[in-house]
Amino acid sequence: MRQHLDYLKETPSQTAGPYVHIGLAPGAAGFEIYNQELGWDIAGPNAAGERIRVEGRVIDGMGSPIKDVLLEAWQANANGIYAHPESEGDVEDGFRGWGRVITNFETGEWGFDTVKPGSVTDGNSRVMAPHISLWIVARGINVGLHTRLYFEDERDANAGDPVLNLIEWEHRRATLYAKRGERDGKTVYRFDIKLQGEDETVFFDI
Amino acid sequence: MKPGPYYQRDRQWQPAALTPDYKTSVSRSPQYSMISLETTVSEVTGPVFGHNDIDPLDRDLLNNFAKPGESPIGERIILHGRVLDENAKPVPNTLVEIWQANAGGRYRHRKDTYLAPIDPNFGGCGRTLTDEDGHYHFRTVKPGAYPWRNWVNSWRPAHVHISVFGSAFAQRLITQCYFEGDPLIAKCPIVNTIPDSDAIEQLIARLDLNATLPLDTIAYKLDIVLRGRRSTLFENRPEGN
Repeated sequence: MRQHLDYLKETPSQTAGPYVHIGLAPGAAGFEIYNQELGWDIAGPNAAGERIRVEGRVIDGMGSPIKDVLLEAWQANANGIYAHPESEGDVEDGFRGWGRVITNFETGEWGFDTVKPGSVTDGNSRVMAPHISLWIVARGINVGLHTRLYFEDERDANAGDPVLNLIEWEHRRATLYAKRGERDGKTVYRFDIKLQGEDETVFFDI
Repeated sequence: MKPGPYYQRDRQWQPAALTPDYKTSVSRSPQYSMISLETTVSEVTGPVFGHNDIDPLDRDLLNNFAKPGESPIGERIILHGRVLDENAKPVPNTLVEIWQANAGGRYRHRKDTYLAPIDPNFGGCGRTLTDEDGHYHFRTVKPGAYPWRNWVNSWRPAHVHISVFGSAFAQRLITQCYFEGDPLIAKCPIVNTIPDSDAIEQLIARLDLNATLPLDTIAYKLDIVLRGRRSTLFENRPEGN
């Protein structure tokens, strides 16, 4: 008799569709239902490190900003520790490391406040440059897209980053660098994501 | 034995990014190949949620938006199942979120202009944590089909959108649950972004008479499978050795 492997198959993904906000950000859809919506406070008030704002747009293959996108961010704290049992060390009380934002329906701009993450060591003891993992879902996107935001001012760390160095087209690494600026005395990193075409952002199959 | 990396996602089982019959995918699909990455700590970790984050009523869409003493119009259903990984191990305490249209196919969303009316007693979203055995359950109304601008006469099958976290960012998944016997499933270009008919079957909730509340609420069952994880039988040779 033929042997069978008894693994299950992963449930297939489907697009989040145009009304993803109803489920994941009902306030933005135009109604209040939950006592608290999740994902609005990534770092919490007690987190150490530099307070930063991250902003950007997601742009489609026609060059238009996408106005119905939802992004999730996942990051370590300033010491490079994730709020998860498999990350060794403690995070500050209230530090979740996860956030969820939607774009403005008129402008396509999104943004979140957080702290700049520290370097994280991967499973082979290689030090990864500070980064924020991003996951993008929207109408027209069949499987959520994974990318990473790195910081353009972390030049030395980025040069040694094992993930950036997997990208053999060196000029494409620049699509993952958020650009540092300042507004009203606050550090703002700009990170536009291009889904397709010229300067297409690098996406990862993780 | 410490847990190892997650199994590679089967991209021939999952929909491709570019699926031209689903028109919006044409300008929203990357042209270059994704860069494949061995999972690092950034991918094998993910947000942790607890009972403080949600309210027990959040899973009951018949009551979480209705005025006191009133109910939404529509077919009362229980939607339940388990969240498992590819090793058939339950995924406990993970956040499952759903959203859907009402019985007439109308979403409570400022951008939905379909002429079917809003139901004053139906919000259309719910969330819950799986229990120790990975089980989740919601109570809601069965959503209606609705038209959308793809071809001039495109109709989505009745569906409930489902978002699941799992224990790692690598397991993050959004999908849609369809209902057994719906003739629109075979016609839908979003369903048909999935290349394998067995994979499509995995999104169709089955009528589950054993889980009904007699004279009250009918039931459907859908199990959700997230990526599994290797046990580390042999350590990978460290870089450079």
